[in-house]
Amino acid sequence: MQNEAREKLIVIGNGMAGCRAVEEVLKRDPDRYEIVIFGAEPHVNYNRIMLSPVLAGEKRFAEIILNDQAWYTDNNITLHTSCAVTAIDTATRTVFAEGGVAERYDRLILATGSDAVRLPLPGADLQGVITFRDLSDVEAMVKASAIDGGRAVVIGGGLLGLEAAYGLARRGMKATVVHLLDILMERQVDASASHLLTEALKERGVETVLGAQSEEIVGRDGHVTALQLKDGRTLPCDIVVMAVGIRPNVRLAKVSGLAIARGIVVDDTMRTSDPAVFAVGECAEHRGQCYGLVAPIWEMCRALAGTLTGGDETYAGSVVSTRLKVSGVDVFSAGRFAGGDGCEDIVYRDAGRGVYKRIVLENGRIAGTVLFGDAVDGSWYFDLMRAGADVSDIRETLVFGQAATEGLRGLDPSAAVAAMADDAEVCGCNGICKGAITTAITAKKLTSLDSVRAVTKASASCGTCTPLVEKLLRLTAGDSVLEHKGPKPLCPCTHCGHGLVRKRIVEQGLQSIPAVMQAMEWTTPDGCASCRPALNYYLLCAWPGLYRDDAQSRFVNERVHANIQKDGTYSVVPRMWGGMTSSKELRAIADVVDRFNIPAVKVTGGQRIDLLGVHKEQLPAVWAELNAAGMVSGHAYGKALRTVKTCVGSEWCRFGTQDSTGLGVKLERLLWGSWTPAKVKLAVSGCPRNCAEATCKDIGVVCVDSGYEIHIGGAAGLHIKGTELLTKVRGERDTIEMIAAILQLYREEGFYLERVYKWMDRVGIASIAARVADDAAGRNALFERFMEAQRFSQDDPWAARAAGHDASEFQGLGAPLRVAAE
Amino acid sequence: MSTILERPWVDVCALTDIPQRGARRIAGASGPIAVFRTGDDEVFALVDRCPHKQGPLSMGIVHGTSVTCPLHGRNVDLASGQLMGADAGQGCAPRIEVRVVGGRIELAAEALR
Repeated sequence: MQNEAREKLIVIGNGMAGCRAVEEVLKRDPDRYEIVIFGAEPHVNYNRIMLSPVLAGEKRFAEIILNDQAWYTDNNITLHTSCAVTAIDTATRTVFAEGGVAERYDRLILATGSDAVRLPLPGADLQGVITFRDLSDVEAMVKASAIDGGRAVVIGGGLLGLEAAYGLARRGMKATVVHLLDILMERQVDASASHLLTEALKERGVETVLGAQSEEIVGRDGHVTALQLKDGRTLPCDIVVMAVGIRPNVRLAKVSGLAIARGIVVDDTMRTSDPAVFAVGECAEHRGQCYGLVAPIWEMCRALAGTLTGGDETYAGSVVSTRLKVSGVDVFSAGRFAGGDGCEDIVYRDAGRGVYKRIVLENGRIAGTVLFGDAVDGSWYFDLMRAGADVSDIRETLVFGQAATEGLRGLDPSAAVAAMADDAEVCGCNGICKGAITTAITAKKLTSLDSVRAVTKASASCGTCTPLVEKLLRLTAGDSVLEHKGPKPLCPCTHCGHGLVRKRIVEQGLQSIPAVMQAMEWTTPDGCASCRPALNYYLLCAWPGLYRDDAQSRFVNERVHANIQKDGTYSVVPRMWGGMTSSKELRAIADVVDRFNIPAVKVTGGQRIDLLGVHKEQLPAVWAELNAAGMVSGHAYGKALRTVKTCVGSEWCRFGTQDSTGLGVKLERLLWGSWTPAKVKLAVSGCPRNCAEATCKDIGVVCVDSGYEIHIGGAAGLHIKGTELLTKVRGERDTIEMIAAILQLYREEGFYLERVYKWMDRVGIASIAARVADDAAGRNALFERFMEAQRFSQDDPWAARAAGHDASEFQGLGAPLRVAAE
Repeated sequence: MSTILERPWVDVCALTDIPQRGARRIAGASGPIAVFRTGDDEVFALVDRCPHKQGPLSMGIVHGTSVTCPLHGRNVDLASGQLMGADAGQGCAPRIEVRVVGGRIELAAEALR
């Protein structure tokens, strides 16, 4: 339809949404409107999402222009650049712009986009504080990166922040991302993918500081010099990039009296509260949702163009997906990647290739997905998800992607491995390809991983290809091969046993729970109540001082440093070194019992006093009082050194041969605070009459006239077991060193929850004797490692908590703050 | 257009007041309520009583969307409150309506009165 006097369509915003809306209108009815576009930036329309590659120097500005000058000319569009609209009069349908421009419209599109959020930190107005939103920001960053050895801090570990940091690192700056939460891109990925992302960024020169709150931007002579964090750390830098999110730009709509919520409110036809005014893109709010991604904006533009040209297209909201634009780091996320009510997870990890895939299914349909390291199938999953396709039939191969599913339909889940070419390399360290491994398995009738390693060398070096070699072994020699022969898996989240996990943590330098789960291909996103405490212990033992203890991976007793009872109250046991106490300590205990109305007081088998029935909220106050009398945590609750029980020995006893009490006190003072695979109890008896019952303890000392007998592997609980004599030592000092070395060997070798006697049964007492008693150098090395670990563990957990550490653990949530108005 | 009368909600804390893979406890109308935050930042609330022997679920280890009771290691599904695995169908910790609005956790007001 062509009229003499065409209707006038004015677009405010010369960005991606505004121009795309115009393109869609032109596509449907090229002659219907006379079109005028107002743009606040001085440029033609460019692809804002590609600013990250421009910053990284991977693209030039000219390459990201979407609509060049010719497009405006060819389509008879009047373009006002650097011309901000200041007001709209909806009654007379007129827009007013800078420089006295006034134009009437028949239809008006608001495509004002969004603004970068600037944190109101002290110092936010210093020079060198930049947001990441438009070309001028990129230009400012490029300029800053020209300084030799420049340092950049990016606040915000979301999509944009990471892309900014990567771009700055590519331009030679030392870039650090500071993120409030412990997970990067938490709106797009889960903890496992975030862990891989952190590693991948590190390889690309971007450091990350997680769980960090910014306090102040510090400057000198008006220019930024550092970012100060709440926890006291200072990160020196030459620029600070704020990438903490965007806010719909609604200023104009607001002053013009249009309905506003977070964005400009539109209905399914993209119409605002004024029938002649429409809004599209990041400034619009549809069904309570604002979008900051490009796909929904394209969908909105199509619906809007339909409305404007008499079509019946409407917009019903978008399902979104995200992809990170950092070269060589493939991250894809869509939908409810975190699962939830009634959902089940399919998790696939390939440690060798650094791949993590998680697909969330609900009622046989894909509800969401996170892909890391291999995101080629992202759009396939996304299409299946949006179509609501039933994927029950392809469930088995779904996680291997479209090619595996469509090409090898009907095969078992190992299809991807089976489909590998014979000359595909499996073990990179030793250059072993698949054919060599399968041939060896068949020809030599190999049935174990160790034999494959011995014959082919595959997976015998760094071990990262172990899972793949195991799959080949299963495929070639049959499923039963590994099922019954391998060690028992640590828990149902993994096929790896405790020993392998411990070995790989050390060999591969794995230093966090997500790192272990990825490297060893855990099949659950964050483990279970069996594996998490085990991994937490193994990491703590392998990396003293480096590993940050994960409280949420500890059993409640070790989290609150008391022993949970059947009614949910706790018992508190102060340490009494070697079972010795004093009137002062006893008086303090009595006072605590009275003050806190503690209902029961009991003497334990380990020569301690147990205060039972303490409420969780009372614990810090109870400890503070016990601390004040000089008492510390007795660790009666932990997989840790519990007690050293003693008899009175040569000090008092007419039969005593050595000072057993003194030795017990010295041992306890040396060993306390150390975490162990399972609880550890010691005893020292002053003579073979053995009043301290040393021969049913994990480690027992029986003093004799000529020295000290060291016994190990006793138990008097679920199983009753007498100790075996490990060795005899002449002096007290040597005894103490020997016992510390034994404890360290157990700490390094024991499986989580495996008591000393079970460890001894597994490795043999001869093996322990050979390494501790008979090898002085080895013993000394063990002792040194024990002492090093103790540097980080001998601080009283009670004192820390009485002083406020982990305070939220001990407080219930307070009285409700406010009733949400609704 | 129909008017939907929504239940009143009560703001109890910020999402970040609960550690990831952790829980906190709040006094409810009929005993304590456990509010859980998963590793994926999902939030669930259950009556803080294990269906097995009334253990405080708020003190258990949270993994995936389940919690392991600290008393006897029973696993409870956070979404349904049902016992899981071999104990499935043997009992249920009642669910409390909960939602997250703008980073704040809100519980159904009726559960707190």
